[in-house]
Amino acid sequence: MSISVRNITKNFGDFTALKGVSLDIPDGDLAALLGPSGSGKTTLLRLIAGLEFPDDGEVHFDGQDTTALDVRDRRVGFVFQHYALFRHMSVYENVAFGLRVLPRKERPAEAEIRKRVMRLLELVQLDWLADRFPSQLSGGQRQRIALARALAIEPRVLLLDEPFGALDAQVRKDLRRWLRQLHDEIHVTSVFVTHDQEEALEVADRVVVMDHGHIVQVGSPIEVHDHPATPFVCEFLGSAVRFDGVVEGGQLRIGNWHRASTHAAGAVRAYVRPHEMAVLPGIVPEAAASFAIRHIVARGGLARLELSAEGGAIVEAEMPRHKLEAAGLAVGSPVSLCPDVVHVFPA
Amino acid sequence: MRRRVLPGFGLSLGVTLLYLGLIVLLPIAALLIKTASLSPAEFWATVSSSRAVATYKVTLSSAAWATLFNGVWGFLMAWVLVRYEFPGKRLVDALIDLPFALPTAVAGIALTGLFVRKGLYGSLLLPMGIKVAYAPAGIAVAMAFTSIPFVVRTLQPVLQDLEPELEEAARTLGARDGQIFRRVIFPVLMPAFLSGCALAFARSLGEFGAVVFIAGNLPNKTEITALLTYIRLQEYDYGGAAAIATVILASSFLLLLAVNALEAWSTRHAEPR
Repeated sequence: MSISVRNITKNFGDFTALKGVSLDIPDGDLAALLGPSGSGKTTLLRLIAGLEFPDDGEVHFDGQDTTALDVRDRRVGFVFQHYALFRHMSVYENVAFGLRVLPRKERPAEAEIRKRVMRLLELVQLDWLADRFPSQLSGGQRQRIALARALAIEPRVLLLDEPFGALDAQVRKDLRRWLRQLHDEIHVTSVFVTHDQEEALEVADRVVVMDHGHIVQVGSPIEVHDHPATPFVCEFLGSAVRFDGVVEGGQLRIGNWHRASTHAAGAVRAYVRPHEMAVLPGIVPEAAASFAIRHIVARGGLARLELSAEGGAIVEAEMPRHKLEAAGLAVGSPVSLCPDVVHVFPA
Repeated sequence: MRRRVLPGFGLSLGVTLLYLGLIVLLPIAALLIKTASLSPAEFWATVSSSRAVATYKVTLSSAAWATLFNGVWGFLMAWVLVRYEFPGKRLVDALIDLPFALPTAVAGIALTGLFVRKGLYGSLLLPMGIKVAYAPAGIAVAMAFTSIPFVVRTLQPVLQDLEPELEEAARTLGARDGQIFRRVIFPVLMPAFLSGCALAFARSLGEFGAVVFIAGNLPNKTEITALLTYIRLQEYDYGGAAAIATVILASSFLLLLAVNALEAWSTRHAEPR
C-alpha cells in the first residue's frame, strides 16, 4: 500500500509542527523519518496513522483519501516508543487484542485467533513467552511483542515511532537488523521515526530528512549520505569538518589546497567527513589546514583524532592506527588535512 | 551490619512501633480482654440477640448501598477531574475533601435538615413516597456522604498515570470507545478502584456521627451497630459493649484481608519488586 502525504500543515497552538509537507512512499518500502527533536517527524507519523488530524492537506493510501478516516478504520499498525503493551494482559492476549475487538461478524473463531496469534509470535520468535505478562519481558522482547500485536490486524501500513529509542545499544543493533529482515519477509509498507542517523541509514530503503517542520531531502541512504542537499543534512548525517573556502577560476580553494570545481564562483562552505580526508603528519604547506592533536581515541583498527588549531574549535579526523603509529603521532603533534571528498554549499 | 546512607532508622522504627503499640494495639487488646470477661454463652447471647442482628443487617446493607453509589459516582467524579479541563476545576477538586474535613455530626445535621418533611429534598421526596430521613435510606445517604473521598482520591493518581499511548494503541487496533474502557482502562484502574471502594465500605461500617442524626435510631429498624455499642456503654454493660465491638473489629479485619487478597490478585501482572 503506497502512502502519499499532500501539502500537510499542522499547528499546535502557536507552534507550527509541519509546514506544507508532501511525501510519497511507494508500496513495500521501508522509510525512515529522520530529524532532530522538534523537526515534526513524529507528528508526520501520527498524521499518517490518524492519531492527529492535519489543519490543511491530505493523506492518501493507495490513491484513496484517508484524511477524514478514523484511526480505527485506517488499519495501520502502530508501534510506540515505550511499547504501550497492555500490562494486565498476557503476551498472547496482547497480540490477540486486535482480533478480539473486531465486530462479531468479522471476528475469527477462537481456534483461528489462536492459530494467528501463535503464527505472529513465531514470526517475532517469541512463541515461548505467550503466557507471560509484559512486565516479565525485557525491553527488546516487549518491542517485538508490540510489533506482533500491530501486525495482528494485518495492517495496510506499519508505522513505528522511535521503535528502538528506549533500548540499550546492543539490543538496538540486533533489533534493527531483525526489523530489516522482517520487512524483507512480510513486505508491508513501513515508516519509522528516528533521530539516529546510523539507524536510518542502516535500516531504511528511503531516508526522509526533516528539519523545522519541513522535509529537507528524500533519498536512498547512499544518496542522502553522499549527496546531502543542504548543509543541515550534511551535518546531521554524521560528523563533518567544516571549512570556509572559495571558488574562483574553476578552482575550489581551501587554505592552500585546491582542486578543479564546477561550482559557481564565490565563497563556499565545504564539509569533509572524517574518513574522507588524508591526515598528513607535520605542517604541510599545500594542505587545507593544519592542527594540533588534542586527543586520540582508538577504536578497533581506526584512530579517531580530535584536532584543533590554536584557540580554535575541535574538529574530528580518522586515520588507520598503524599509520598513526608509523608516523609517530601523539597528543600535541602537528598534522595537516587534505580532503578527498568535499561537499560544497554556497556560503 | 550494612551501613545506611540515611540515618535514624533505629530511632524512627522504634517510635513507629511504640506508637502502633500504644495507640492501636493496646486499645484493641483491652477490648478483647474486656470481651473475655464474658463467658462464651453470654458472648453468643449478646452478639446474636435479635436487636444486635438487626443492627448488623441495617449497617451492612446501608454500607453496601452507599458503596455502590460511591463506586459509580466517585468513579465519574475522578474521571472528570483527571480527564477534562473546566473552569472551577480546582474548587471542585478541593470540595471533594470536604467530607474529610467536616465534623461528621455537622454532616449528619445538614443532611437531616435537607431530608426531613419540611426540608428541601424531603418536601419533594416524601410526597412521592420516598422516605429518607429516619429510614434506612437516610443511613446510606449519610454513609455515602462521609466516604466518597476514599473512592475519588484513590482513583485520581492511577487515572493520572494512565499513559495516553495505551488508549491510542487500542484505537489503532480497531477498538471502539466502549471496548477501550472495558478491556484497557478499567482493568488497569481496577485495583485502585477496589481498594477505594473497600475503604469507603469500611468507613461506612464505622460511621457514627453522621448516621445517628438522620437515622432516627429505632431499635430493630434504623439502629446501627456502632450505636448499639454506645447504648450498651450508657447502660454500664461494658461486657456487652465490648462483645458487639469485637464483632465490628472482626468484620473490619476480614474486610482488610479481603481487600489485600483482591489487590494481590488484580496486580498479579505487576512489575516484580
